[in-house]
Amino acid sequence: MSTGRPAVLIVGAGPAGTRAAETLVAHGLAPILVDEAAQGGGQIYRRPPAGFARPASALYGFEARKAQAVHAALAAVRGRLDYRPNTLVWSIEAGTAHTLGPDGIARLRFDALLLATGAMDRVLPFPGWTLPGVFTLGGAQVALKAQGCAIGEPVAFLGTGPLLYLVAYQYAHAGAAVAAVLDTARATDALRALPDLFLGGRTLAKGLWYMAWLRRAVPVRRGVTPVAAEGDGRLEAVRYRDRRGRARRVACAGLGFGYGVKSEVQLAELAGCEMAFDERVRQWLPVSDADGRARRGVLYLAGDGAGVAGADAAELRGRLAALALLADHGVAVDRSAQKRLRVRLGRILRFRDALERALPTPYRLAATLPDETIICRCETVTAGAIRRGQSLAPVEINRAKAFTRVGMGRCQGRVCGLAAAHVLAAARGCPIAQVGRLRGQAPVKPLDIGAGARAAVEDGARAASI
Amino acid sequence: MVEKNQIGAAASGVNFGGVRRNGRKLAELALAARALDIWKRLPALVGDDCEYAVTGHLKVARSEEDMAGMAAHAEAQAEHGVAVEMLNRNALLAGYPWFGAGAFGAAWCPDDGQANPRLVGPAFARAARTAGARLLEQDGARHVARDGGGFVVETESGRTLRAGTLVNSAGAWGGRIAARFGEAVDIWPMEPQMAVTEPVPHFMEPALGVVGGDVYVRQIPRGNVIFGGRSTTADLDHGFGRVNAEESLSTLARTAALVPRLAESNVIRFWSGVEGCTPDHLPVLSPSRTTSGLVHAFGFSGHGFCLGPASGAVAAELALDGRSPTPIDDLGIGRFADGRKEPPPGGPASGRGRAQ
Repeated sequence: MSTGRPAVLIVGAGPAGTRAAETLVAHGLAPILVDEAAQGGGQIYRRPPAGFARPASALYGFEARKAQAVHAALAAVRGRLDYRPNTLVWSIEAGTAHTLGPDGIARLRFDALLLATGAMDRVLPFPGWTLPGVFTLGGAQVALKAQGCAIGEPVAFLGTGPLLYLVAYQYAHAGAAVAAVLDTARATDALRALPDLFLGGRTLAKGLWYMAWLRRAVPVRRGVTPVAAEGDGRLEAVRYRDRRGRARRVACAGLGFGYGVKSEVQLAELAGCEMAFDERVRQWLPVSDADGRARRGVLYLAGDGAGVAGADAAELRGRLAALALLADHGVAVDRSAQKRLRVRLGRILRFRDALERALPTPYRLAATLPDETIICRCETVTAGAIRRGQSLAPVEINRAKAFTRVGMGRCQGRVCGLAAAHVLAAARGCPIAQVGRLRGQAPVKPLDIGAGARAAVEDGARAASI
Repeated sequence: MVEKNQIGAAASGVNFGGVRRNGRKLAELALAARALDIWKRLPALVGDDCEYAVTGHLKVARSEEDMAGMAAHAEAQAEHGVAVEMLNRNALLAGYPWFGAGAFGAAWCPDDGQANPRLVGPAFARAARTAGARLLEQDGARHVARDGGGFVVETESGRTLRAGTLVNSAGAWGGRIAARFGEAVDIWPMEPQMAVTEPVPHFMEPALGVVGGDVYVRQIPRGNVIFGGRSTTADLDHGFGRVNAEESLSTLARTAALVPRLAESNVIRFWSGVEGCTPDHLPVLSPSRTTSGLVHAFGFSGHGFCLGPASGAVAAELALDGRSPTPIDDLGIGRFADGRKEPPPGGPASGRGRAQ
């Protein structure tokens, strides 16, 4: 590769993007760092708006020191890079990213792109999930972390994954009345994954501590099956079946639900990254090597956007991707440091693998959702519509989208795409990988027409004059 | 029927959805009239109305010169039975106060309408299957040749299909198939750049176009506004239409200038499809001149959605009887025989074309 200093664009200022930026700056580069949030830290180390004064220990618990370290790392390099907060990358094509920020649309040219786009809630709809008062676990956490408020009281939490227990703990710890924690995973799932779970070390210990703390304070039920969120115009209770199949009901005014997080991959797809179906998480993920190299010299992936592995792994992967980028562009890097990062990352990845097995996403529920369950809330498309909507072979999710509008609304399938694919595959009796994925398209999030119009470069005077 | 991708995956399934005769070239009007008749009978014919609605169509002039050209065309259209009313700016704003300052006047065609392109191709496909047709999707025609008195098609998956008659309805790829029978047509592969907003309160009943074709807008009853602009050059080997961010921005600018209130909305998706544009922007719909039993129906040049149902009917007649009661004299492939080729206006050289 060339030995000139490449123009590097980093998307995302969470743990991965921040560590990547820090590494590039340390090697003499001045990357552009674009982030949708007002302040760095990502979703995991999200900061409250100016004027909110909860201390880091209250906001981040055990992770306070890590959060502060990531915030400090960004602060330390801010003057040596082009940092653009409050800015959305909405399109990537042929060496140019189009952004929308406080000053409107900008075109950012790059030689190399490092995507650290993170993750968002993994949602499996169930009857009533669109009622006011029902939030994703991530949304519930943002309400608490960024705004210092609860989503309702009493509050219940439903789903599985580490976030279920973490958010429930954070709410209970902050003084909210937690009515129940309802985990769809069974204790036997965890037992099977046990040997590899011990690789988690401190992370596992913290998780077990949260769970033990919660058990003393609130009812924790495992092996549940969600039935419905119900209420007249807003949430009043959640109904579920316990592990013996008995119908249960918990009165609550707020419900946080979700099944861990899933990678945000739209920009990787727009950047031309090869995508492959990952059986473990049952999602299409961008393909990269162990250092996050997707296309040598051009495209690198780091953090949860390249496959969910958590914040600690994100920091390691941010550094590794930046080092790979530097090496590919002829910049000397410390190879032994690279090796150490890879070893640490490998341990975390094996633990994450075990965690997925211990707290599996109950995709099987997609097969038994009542027909009237809304899957796509933007376009109000039900499970029944998806099941009925296909009468031409081959079965394919983009075709279901064309016929039923599933995934056609504001979120463009980011929320409902996985669930819709599972409903479709179950209804047609075909493997989930076979139904494909909703093709990503710009803009990855809604784009202000006025801002776009002001930025247009007109080559026809007439068109501009009307 | 052999389809390399999925039915309706290219331009026929992702286009603007205009069903109009307003401003249409005279050579296509007989075909358009027949199409209109079929559009009105869709529920009986294919079991689905495909969201077809007669909303009228306004073709907007942005200058006095545009207006004069449109008025002359309206007179010629009237002789073909298309009723078009000319509206000056005051009349236009009286009915549609949301137009921007640049709208000079318009031609109003109340019989025109719109439909959902995602539904139409598949609805016809289902009806064809019910009637006994065999549909082979995701299996492209790798090799097409004369075979004795008929034709042989070898597909990507290794199928060998034989038939006495071959209909070339391969859209943007139709020129390649025609070339195999010594009838090359210089097709410009175009990608119309399309967009849709989030739902906004319904305010726009008719579909809109402009003289020059570089903006077209319609709003569906659920509130989303669908619009598009010029086309970029497609890559026939890539297969899917690609969004071009700069061209999309310029579409936003022209659309917001035509209908300023849309500047307050958000686009939730851009998309494109692949379409073939012929040198004179008219489709090829005729028997082959070199090969008996071969029928061409391709190259609809960005305005074939409305014509589709009638084009299929005519192609079927040509395949069965060798002739059609619908006049298609100006659409013959012979017009591109050597010596009559021109580069498509605004085509590959500038990377820009017109969609109508």
